[in-house]
Amino acid sequence: MAYNTFVLICGGTACESSKSDEMYKLLQKEIFDNNLKNEVQIVKTGCFGFCEQGPIIKILPSETFYVKVTPADIKEIVQEHLIKGRPVHRLEYKPSEDQGRVKIEDIEFYQKQFRIVLRNCGIIDPENINEYIAREGYVALEKAIFEMSPEDIINELKISGLRGRGGAGFPTWLKWNLTKQENADQKYVVCNADEGDPGAYMDRSTLEGDPHSVLEAMTICGKTIGANKGFIYIRAEYPLAITRLEIAINQAKELGLLGDNILGSEFSFDIEIRLGAGAFVCGEETALLRSIEGSRGMPTPRPPFPSVKGLWDKPTCINNVETWANIPVILTKGAEWFNKIGTDNSKGTKVFALTGKINNSGLIEVPMGTTLREIIYDIGGGIKDDKKFKAAQSGGPSGGVIPEQYLDTPIDYNNLVAIGSMMGSGGLIVMDEDDCIVDIVKFYLQFTVDESCGKCAPCRIGGKQLLSILEDISCGRGTEQSIKNLKDISIAMNNASLCGLGQTASNPVMSTLKYFEKEYREHIEQKKCSSGKCKSLMTFTIVADKCIGCTACARKCPVNAIIGTVKQVHIIDQSKCIKCGACVTACKFDAVIKG
Amino acid sequence: MTEKMIKVKINGIEVEVPEGTSILDAAKQACIKIPTLCYHEDLLPTASCGLCIVKIKGMNKKVRACATNAEAGMEITTHDAELYNIRKIVLELILSNHPNECLTCQRNGKCELQTLAKEFGIREQNFAPQLKQKAIDSSTTSLILDRQKCISCGRCVQVCQDMQDVWALEFIGRGFDMNIAPAGDLQLNDSPCVKCGQCSAHCPVGAIVEKDEVDKVWDGLHDETKHAVVQFAPAVRVAFGEGFDYESGEIVTNKIYTLLRQLGFKAVFDTNFSADLTIMEEGAEFVDKFLNNPASLPLITSCCPSWVDYLEKYYPCMIENFSTAKSPQQMLSALAKTYYAEKNGLDPKDIFMVSVMPCTAKKYEISRDENMSASGIQDTDVVITTRELVRMTKSAGVIFDHLKEGKADSLLGEYSGAGTIFGVTGGVMEAAIRSAYYLITKEDLADVDIKPVRGLKGVKEAEIDIKGTKVRVAVAHGLSNVKKVMNKVKKAKENGEEIPWHFIEVMACPGGCIGGGGQPYGVTNTIRKKRTEGIYNDDKKSKARCSHHNPMVQKVYEEFLDHPNSHKAHELLHTSYTHRPVYLK
Repeated sequence: MAYNTFVLICGGTACESSKSDEMYKLLQKEIFDNNLKNEVQIVKTGCFGFCEQGPIIKILPSETFYVKVTPADIKEIVQEHLIKGRPVHRLEYKPSEDQGRVKIEDIEFYQKQFRIVLRNCGIIDPENINEYIAREGYVALEKAIFEMSPEDIINELKISGLRGRGGAGFPTWLKWNLTKQENADQKYVVCNADEGDPGAYMDRSTLEGDPHSVLEAMTICGKTIGANKGFIYIRAEYPLAITRLEIAINQAKELGLLGDNILGSEFSFDIEIRLGAGAFVCGEETALLRSIEGSRGMPTPRPPFPSVKGLWDKPTCINNVETWANIPVILTKGAEWFNKIGTDNSKGTKVFALTGKINNSGLIEVPMGTTLREIIYDIGGGIKDDKKFKAAQSGGPSGGVIPEQYLDTPIDYNNLVAIGSMMGSGGLIVMDEDDCIVDIVKFYLQFTVDESCGKCAPCRIGGKQLLSILEDISCGRGTEQSIKNLKDISIAMNNASLCGLGQTASNPVMSTLKYFEKEYREHIEQKKCSSGKCKSLMTFTIVADKCIGCTACARKCPVNAIIGTVKQVHIIDQSKCIKCGACVTACKFDAVIKG
Repeated sequence: MTEKMIKVKINGIEVEVPEGTSILDAAKQACIKIPTLCYHEDLLPTASCGLCIVKIKGMNKKVRACATNAEAGMEITTHDAELYNIRKIVLELILSNHPNECLTCQRNGKCELQTLAKEFGIREQNFAPQLKQKAIDSSTTSLILDRQKCISCGRCVQVCQDMQDVWALEFIGRGFDMNIAPAGDLQLNDSPCVKCGQCSAHCPVGAIVEKDEVDKVWDGLHDETKHAVVQFAPAVRVAFGEGFDYESGEIVTNKIYTLLRQLGFKAVFDTNFSADLTIMEEGAEFVDKFLNNPASLPLITSCCPSWVDYLEKYYPCMIENFSTAKSPQQMLSALAKTYYAEKNGLDPKDIFMVSVMPCTAKKYEISRDENMSASGIQDTDVVITTRELVRMTKSAGVIFDHLKEGKADSLLGEYSGAGTIFGVTGGVMEAAIRSAYYLITKEDLADVDIKPVRGLKGVKEAEIDIKGTKVRVAVAHGLSNVKKVMNKVKKAKENGEEIPWHFIEVMACPGGCIGGGGQPYGVTNTIRKKRTEGIYNDDKKSKARCSHHNPMVQKVYEEFLDHPNSHKAHELLHTSYTHRPVYLK
């Protein structure tokens, strides 16, 4: 029995929330009803990345790429495409309305991408281990157990140049080696899947789309450092990823790829899942370890580093999902191959969750060294509604803004730090001219204030103070002292906070003060917010010359703030105005101005 | 094995320290004090305040001196312009989160945050006040929790959980709203709290303090219808002087007698006297069980009210092993309102009995149950801690240092060396052994110093040879150490094995009462050792070293109580216990 057609339907969280699961079931029914079950295989895959266009269905071998599919389209796809061989053109991806459809390899969104971590996402059924194995899965583990010594593996990682993808970019080989060198009766391997940056979903998609890549890598690490136990710490808000991990663990155990005597060898390794309650700080490694131990998720001082004293005080090697997912490929394709990708100090690729004011939002993977301009304009398809680019935030709430003058900087660990941001875990949020810097920074600070564990004073109080100063500025209460206080507190937090969360929480403030101080000053000195985001600083006024007294605005005003009778010039009572802007829309004579 | 020494450079000064020394301690050797606020010698560093950050050459990030060990060859900078500025900002941030109520705060003048603000010369508040909104918890008899003043250093949580194993305090909430509170945000009185007050003794600010009852004492003293009398505990005499710049451990007993009279007390008793009495009762109880009913052993001491509370909450199955003898405080108060009243023709209702204790739980003990009203009315009226008496003395305008040495009232005031050592861990056991030996053999011990039960080791064990009979004893202090002892006994009982010990002494606070929760601030093991030494010196210079040699104790039995464990003694000097399950609300 051989299939001749494959229907790949995205089963990532975003597409599932747009009914892809319902469509999957419909497809199965249609295939069954039309007696195609021996010819067509339906595969529910992980994320395709092109979330802007989801739900996505890809059909092979014709390489047809259907986007924004709805359950109502399924019958037509089956009848027309699968039975009659006539692709449903209206569902095929078109770069723009006036352009025709393009071949998958010509889709700009994918052209500059290079997929290592996401190699299997959107291709295999993550709930079927055989599909992973068919794509060289567990080959690296076999090599690690039977062909390579622990030293060989560490050397391979060293040559590859792989650095941790969770934030600071610590060399992975060094972390493994430090843990390996420790003498202990028990060691642990931990996967940090506590992804929490606003707008970021790289790790979730990887786990949903290719869970075995992480299991395989953790097992390889266990073999290398001498550990027989691993934990995956994942937030409970990722139910689909958890389910797929559970399925993957069970399947791997059934095949002897996990558990006792892996592949018949002496080596045993087991993995357990631990659910986090969603605290952002538990993504910080020491807090994460405390949480696994059952304590309150609060960071502890480093040193001692987890490689020396980690989980239950035992040497622990902890990496994040994306780092793990790179490892099997490095061992199968070779460190030299990996090392050729990227820049001098940053090898391989980086997955970004591209969101914000961008045409093609989605999950992308690019070689290190790709410029922001390529990401935003080539892959991302440019800024929405042809607005002007203002800045991009990388590194989430711990990162900083990248202004226009650095659009052509090759993105790697060192360059991002040099311009005041950081790689972080891979959130990339694009802002346009309508975004207010003070408002954006307020958003990030609100996030870190909410997510601070509260343990150390600089973070707990400093963050709250920063937020309150920003609120003052956005309400027109800012003074010269506000800028000084922002700077002073930021420096203190950066230097005296205990963990990465606190040390970097002030980065959005620091980096925006560096590039957009003028905009802060506009708020403080002129009490003005050019983008109109800071509502307290906005006023609506009626130009007497233009107002004909039609009463349209007064009738629309929800709070009766507009005074005036028919054929008289209307006036806005500023004390009542809630700055909703309804009057601007209502006026047909452009008599209401916002400013 | 000798310690491995390492060399480090601190601000250019080379020092040699044992491996494993923190940068904070290493700096002291270079005569450098790094500012700290959350760090306390008794506890593991939590690294929360951020004030002790230092630079290490070759490291990008600054590290916390309290939580980072010095390593060979390190070059450390502890003070420079950048560090000074960062520390000052951090301190200003902490101050912005702390009410500006120093003048009316119980810790005024004794506050670690206030001291730092003074040292850093903070003259203005650049940051807008951001205060926590949280009601004051005054639900217990002993402690006040004012979370608005809390700086979240975490000392109390570590004290409550790790040092005392009580788990009444926990961090709840997070971020700016993080607070210390019993789990579930209960009131302290509905929590497992045993009122030991170690949290208040370790709090750097005024967030946890003893319930201040000095005014109640003044009211009693100023009430002309009242006959105010007072007693003070063994441990007070070696720590009270600290409030007046005396060395820790310096014995100021006789000055305290004069002080209390000067404050207006009509009679000054000494709890050391009733400590002797406790030994007579408890010793007789032990000897009786040991000789006649060994199956009912071990006997466990019961003079520590936090320990009583802890046992009633966590080890109800051991209640039968608990000595029924009351604590010295309660024995003395009961006698004051009966024996003393009778002798002086006073109506017990007119007696106002004040007790000065090193302890916050003693405030709880006085109304623990009806046994604490053996005289017909509540036997002890008010308990104040050593700290409160220091404040009271200062407000009374007494120049303590100039006071002449006085005497206690002889009736309930004379004591033996055995009575005084009640103030330290192992002391009750040692005093009991001295008298038990006599009760069993009718001979006195040749050497009354029972060294194996002395010292700061968490659990001490000894086997005492009483003319061929072996008595196995254990001494535990600091409640986290008690669990080990209790669980061993419980297991032996369950398995029908021979009990590991015949007699067990427990004191809730590390070091015993000399390290009590109501003692002057700043206690560390160094101070505990000095206070302990003071207590043993007092013992050594006492004429009588054994409780049964205290002539006034003998007199009380002759005139009033008949004999130890008599019917009358049971009525006045013994109590009972009950299971008090926690988390019922």
